[in-house]
Amino acid sequence: MSEIHMPRLSDTMEEGVISTWVKKVGDKVASGDVLVEIETDKAVMEFEAYEDGYLVKQTVSEGDTVPIGEVIGYIGDSPEAVPEESGGTDAPAAEEKAPEPAAEEKSEDRAAEPAPAAPTGDGSAPADRPRTSPLARRLAKEYGLDITKIQGSGPKGRIVRADIEAAAEDGYAAQDTAPATSSAPSAPAAQSTPPSQDDVRGSEAVKTSNVRKVIARRLTESKQTVPHFYLRRTIDAEALKAFRGQINEQLASTGVKISFNDLIVKACATALKLHPEVNTSWIDDTLVQHHRVNVGVAVAVDAGLVVPVLHDTDKATLSEISTRTRELAGKARDNKLKPQEMSGGTFSVSNLGMFGVDSFSAVINPPEAAILAVGAMRQEPVVVDGEVAVRNRISLELSVDHRAVDGAVGAAYLKTLAEILEEPMRIIL
Amino acid sequence: MSVITYRQALRDTLRAEMVRDENVLVIGEEIGVFEGSYKITEGLLKEFGPRRVKDTPIAEEGFVGAAVGAAMLGLRPVVELMTINFSLIAIDQIINHAAKIYGMFGGQTSVPMVIRTPGGGGQQLGATHSQNIELFYSFIPGLKVMAPSTPAEASSMLRAAIRDDDPVLFLENLGLYNSKGEVPEDYAEPVNDNVATIGRASVTREGSDITLIGYSRMAMVATQVAEKLAEEDISVEVVDLRSLRPLDRQTFVDSVKKTGAAVICEDDWLTYGIGAEIAASIQEGAFDYLDAPVRRVAMAEVPMPYAKPLETAALPSVESISTAIKETLSAVGKRVG
Repeated sequence: MSEIHMPRLSDTMEEGVISTWVKKVGDKVASGDVLVEIETDKAVMEFEAYEDGYLVKQTVSEGDTVPIGEVIGYIGDSPEAVPEESGGTDAPAAEEKAPEPAAEEKSEDRAAEPAPAAPTGDGSAPADRPRTSPLARRLAKEYGLDITKIQGSGPKGRIVRADIEAAAEDGYAAQDTAPATSSAPSAPAAQSTPPSQDDVRGSEAVKTSNVRKVIARRLTESKQTVPHFYLRRTIDAEALKAFRGQINEQLASTGVKISFNDLIVKACATALKLHPEVNTSWIDDTLVQHHRVNVGVAVAVDAGLVVPVLHDTDKATLSEISTRTRELAGKARDNKLKPQEMSGGTFSVSNLGMFGVDSFSAVINPPEAAILAVGAMRQEPVVVDGEVAVRNRISLELSVDHRAVDGAVGAAYLKTLAEILEEPMRIIL
Repeated sequence: MSVITYRQALRDTLRAEMVRDENVLVIGEEIGVFEGSYKITEGLLKEFGPRRVKDTPIAEEGFVGAAVGAAMLGLRPVVELMTINFSLIAIDQIINHAAKIYGMFGGQTSVPMVIRTPGGGGQQLGATHSQNIELFYSFIPGLKVMAPSTPAEASSMLRAAIRDDDPVLFLENLGLYNSKGEVPEDYAEPVNDNVATIGRASVTREGSDITLIGYSRMAMVATQVAEKLAEEDISVEVVDLRSLRPLDRQTFVDSVKKTGAAVICEDDWLTYGIGAEIAASIQEGAFDYLDAPVRRVAMAEVPMPYAKPLETAALPSVESISTAIKETLSAVGKRVG
């Protein structure tokens, strides 16, 4: 039993009208016999049978219009043969498929037309090995998705890249517990299944490895594609320390306590307003200027590194920054950060001072152009006005994407940042 | 930059190389007194005389063989075969002599010759004069096959071909001779650094949705397709192969890795054609990046008809290539107009 499809009879034809059925149901048909006359956008053309048999069914009546590729009838071995409706091979997929399955089936059939001798790969796909594109398989593996659970939207239900990306995003949105480190909204979600009692080890391993995979992929991408350069500067933190003490005294009754990190985050935002050329991204050979200043704060949680973003950091007050940072860090620890709370960052701050780290070089969080690495505050002997004095100092290191920001521009930014932190009143001006 | 035809780029570059190196000579049918069937050798007989501009009898095997011998003895002959179809008469000289001598005789002598010849249908020249059989030569180790698609490349690649020490089949195209394009101001100067690197394909237009691969006339058509589809918001990356042997697989494989889909357009026949090699190379190099099967758009599997409507229908067109691209993109879930 084989299907007769509406053929493409001209380059511009999209649909055809069954003008006359030359063969009637039950007629014997030989290859080369004219089966049907079809009216295209250009002319009425005869359409011949490709094989011998009997015309057992006409599924489209004379005068009706159908698109290219649609079944118009069946040829069987005997006049009594009964056609399996809508094709034996892919029936379920064809019915469940999303909006335009018919159109896409056709394109596949047409695709095979120029090479009649080429195998068309029409065999039905076994359930455990669905029809997929190689790219979709690779991406599913990268994202840790089970490809057998994904519905394909390509020809004959083929799973294509778009399906994997949609599944990854759905997974992300469906569970705001999904931990992720990425600030890119399209970042894949960890497809976590709730661990069952007898499967704890396996489930947990998958979950952790997905988070790590995202971290690994994003940071590898950053280090491999972003030309980093590093600028170091140590600031005198005496004034900053005094300023913090003064503010926290004022805020004592409110319960809000400003940390050094809050002050640094706010100072970064203030400096970014003065140096908008650092508040940029290099994306696809284009320099993108961000008009909002959104500073991300790196937070270490059990699952890995996450960077919640303080949107419009430049407009927020110190108390707001403090409160919001605490709230986001708490959510991060509970794996409750929403994707939008980790996206849209234009700059990041990473602080390892609490671990006693003197200074370090941070990896840029793309597509941001820079990240500030903050070390511990230390008492150091320094020369002040010709005398050796003991001062509190903090080491700052700025990692910069050289595609977006040149050395002198980065240095000017860091200079402004240092000056603000050394005259901390400017943080809030 | 000035804008000239592909024909003029070839003519002026050929002349410049003859001025630069007295060992360069041209040989072929009707190239002297008649100044070439397609006027590529215009003015050369007058300027360089009959010792360096050799009109020959209609005897391709003879004059290609003579050029092989001349090349072995240190001259740099540039043979003109009136069309690639006539190379069939000289195919033994090309494949069994020009391509083999260097390797077969232990490198005692190289064969620094160029065979310039146009392919191309679409001129109503009938089945025997409209073939694109560059595949025959692209198949042969020992030969280089170049196929420029623009005047600038015609110039820089012909210069490279003449200066190269191996036999080069230099594929021109009847449909390209009158096409125009920018060339460097000094393209016709004898002292000239505009020498193409042999064996490099080129991304002639960047895009993100799909890679369209072609060479010679089809590279020009591919650009037209990309421009047309850009109006429908389809972003086509065009790769011009430029060199059929050696074949620069890396360039088109990298492009397909970026776009996830490919269509190849070729003026030759589909079955066993150049596109088959490209498609095989894509699946070898970019299998895990393919989101749809690689498509080929080629000439109909018939000897070229003479009648104009049939000839037009037999050749790939902007429309048929655009259709293949849209079908491929709809199969990967991209919106197409």
